[in-house]
Amino acid sequence: MATSNQLKRVDFIFRNENDWEKILSSTLKRKPQELINELISSELKGRGGAGFPTGLKWKLTAESKEKEKYVICNADEGEPGTFKDREILSRVPYKVLTAMAICGYITGAKRGFIYLRGEYKFLLPELNKVIDEFDYYCQETNLDFKISIFMGSGAYICGEETALMESMEGKRGEPRNKPPFPTQAGFMGKPTVINNVETLVHTFTIFKYGAKKFYDLGVQYSRGTKLFSVSGDTPKPGIYELELGMSLQDFVYEFGDGDTKAVQVGGASGFLVPRKKFKDAAIGFKGKLTGISLPTGGSMMLFNSSRSMFNVLDNYLEFFREESCGQCTPCRVGCQQLLLGIKAVKRGEKPASYLDKLLRLTETMQYTAKCGLGQSVANSFSSIVENFREEMIY
Amino acid sequence: MDPIQTLVKNLAEKHGRSRESVLPILQGVVEQEKFLSERSMIEIAREIDIPAADVYGTATFYSFLETKPAGKFIIRVCKTITCAMKGKNQILFAIQDMLKISLGETTPDKQFTLLETNCLGWCHKAPAMLINDEIYTELTPEKVREILSAYMKVNANH
Repeated sequence: MATSNQLKRVDFIFRNENDWEKILSSTLKRKPQELINELISSELKGRGGAGFPTGLKWKLTAESKEKEKYVICNADEGEPGTFKDREILSRVPYKVLTAMAICGYITGAKRGFIYLRGEYKFLLPELNKVIDEFDYYCQETNLDFKISIFMGSGAYICGEETALMESMEGKRGEPRNKPPFPTQAGFMGKPTVINNVETLVHTFTIFKYGAKKFYDLGVQYSRGTKLFSVSGDTPKPGIYELELGMSLQDFVYEFGDGDTKAVQVGGASGFLVPRKKFKDAAIGFKGKLTGISLPTGGSMMLFNSSRSMFNVLDNYLEFFREESCGQCTPCRVGCQQLLLGIKAVKRGEKPASYLDKLLRLTETMQYTAKCGLGQSVANSFSSIVENFREEMIY
Repeated sequence: MDPIQTLVKNLAEKHGRSRESVLPILQGVVEQEKFLSERSMIEIAREIDIPAADVYGTATFYSFLETKPAGKFIIRVCKTITCAMKGKNQILFAIQDMLKISLGETTPDKQFTLLETNCLGWCHKAPAMLINDEIYTELTPEKVREILSAYMKVNANH
């Protein structure tokens, strides 16, 4: 297990190999079933943050009898503190396209879309060029798969897979009820594989080097590597590929500025870990036997002791209040009330015990909100209020 | 046909007339006109044959689809946590001071609109802002003044 006091840096994702044509043609010679088994045995989990097993997702879509199916690459990277997907799309876009085509081959989809957030529109010229080249290759080799880009227009919630599909269908980006899941009824009601940009690149790695190479990295339940977007109070902000399962303490040794007070793991919808819990926290998916394990889409924001945790929470809540799609009451009203509530406590208009009421409200939101946005507000809210209660009051 | 009608018609020819074309058409109008007028949304509704309220409902959901008149250059300053920590307010002051407008306003010559936006994804190079589709990072008040001067100069020459 990677628990020793150093981080394991790896270089798969950005390794520029320029052999996608070879990988694509050799992979397409193998049987879909064999490829799915390879993916399942790698234990790759979705890298957008939710961590659904990728092999299973592809398998479920492949098993559907529907004629029309879709592959969508989710590049609506909106979580505060995350900026890895843009880097992938500008540095190794052909890996993403190759993975999408392989997914199409396995599942029987003939159409692929990249849903690109409006904030990244400047990537379009370069990305379209690569897609044109890829398209040309597909025609030359009689591969029936076409990829196009769908632009978003500034809505965090569209990163939620069903909201993204609503948006592609020309509607407001409001999440759907699940089930049915996209693998049964996704874009236009057809079976759809939707994966994060980074997840797709990992499948490229797996098809190239084999599942074992990937599986041997990381720890139990959290196999492989992950891109981390490091920002905040750190002398070296940037994007780093690391093995999963590292302890937060080791991470802070490497990236902290010597005065790290807390780390926000997983963006505004993730958890804030205070200094005293660094050594108990590991970065990976749930299921690890000891300590707290924190899943993440890769956002790691460091705060040093000069930062007010009240201001941090205030900033997050304003973000959620604006980005809540407004369709379900717990999230729409909940986000507003949480923001008003902490301000009222700060001003002394409400007693400190009001914070406990707000904590119960986040609990209600966790159970009753329709999608991940409303459900996960509780993560940052409770981890900040419980660990820095005095900063909320005084 | 007036310019809006022509624009919407051309966009519908390009993107199709189904419901899925709504967002690309709206984006096309915004790219040209900088905002969506009531007139343009009614025109889109007519062109693809759906209720105007649906077009309006879709348009108002997305923060990059303006429904109020905006300037030729829309400045969007990121206000999310890392940018806020790294001096977003100084950047805003510098812009407001230079353009003599407050947040949400457009300069009288209809050149610049100043807005705040949520995470732009440049936290490692905070603070950041967008001017239309162009990204500017690691901003300082001096740098912002230089950038805006360049925009003003280009404009004066036209």
